[in-house]
Amino acid sequence: MLTLNNFDKAFENRIRLQVMSVLVANESYDFNSLKELLATTDGNLASHLKALEKEEYISVNKSFLGRKPNTKYKATEKGTSAFKKHLDALENLIKQQKG
Amino acid sequence: MENKDIYDDISSIKNIMERSTKFISLAGLSGVMAGIYALIGAGIAYMIIPKYSVYAEGSDGYTANRAGLDIVLFGVAAAVLALSIGTAILLSARKARRQQQTIWNQSSKSLANAGLWPLFTGGCFAFILYLQHHYGTIAPTCLVFYGLALVSASKYTYGDVKWLGLLEIILGLLSLMQPGYGLYFWAFGFGVLHILYGTIMYFKYDRVNIK
Repeated sequence: MLTLNNFDKAFENRIRLQVMSVLVANESYDFNSLKELLATTDGNLASHLKALEKEEYISVNKSFLGRKPNTKYKATEKGTSAFKKHLDALENLIKQQKG
Repeated sequence: MENKDIYDDISSIKNIMERSTKFISLAGLSGVMAGIYALIGAGIAYMIIPKYSVYAEGSDGYTANRAGLDIVLFGVAAAVLALSIGTAILLSARKARRQQQTIWNQSSKSLANAGLWPLFTGGCFAFILYLQHHYGTIAPTCLVFYGLALVSASKYTYGDVKWLGLLEIILGLLSLMQPGYGLYFWAFGFGVLHILYGTIMYFKYDRVNIK
């Protein structure tokens, strides 16, 4: 299947795809809220966030709320357009299979 | 990539986008309870207002003994508000636990931020009306600003909230055109509409989740 080329390797994992969905739909999201929403563990989420950060799909902003660390994530422009491309690829694949 | 995987991906994207932006733990039953408190409050007000009416010499007829009445009415309103908010938080926290979410999360913060500003403005507005002795316009003001708060907050929770808000606004404007019937409009807007709305929400969203 040729269309597979358009799929973003970074979004092959469900958690990464979900993280990106949240960050595209919201201005920013913090680590704990993401963890709660996706019902995942600290380590698992952190490794996927690292991967997205490495691709420069998300940006990280670390700060402190009192003594608690508060890490906020945002989708970068590169990440948003990659996510849209990925959705288009999914859409095309469905169209192909229907037709 | 399997066909099923694609559909799973898409439905998980849709689901997570919705859950990340909208607070879905708002319990329908809390609307019903708020409506019941409001009706009881309005009933108490309806019964005590005549008791504070005194015949004022030289005036057109009966006028209310304001100072005494105000304290009682204010107490009733505060009790209705406190009970409604308390019940909403309690029931929503329970529903959030069932959904394995917390009640104070990013979406409920956005919800509060969107709803509290119109509500706070409305509260100040109504209090100023009271200070200026425009008693007749207080009930319509409460309805209109509450409706605006709901419309504004509806972006961050079930879309149905917007319809409740629009109805409250319309009711408030109608009430403004019918001076003297504020209490009836207030009872309908905060009582009957809340009970109707809460019942619909309960059957539409909550009952399904419990199963």
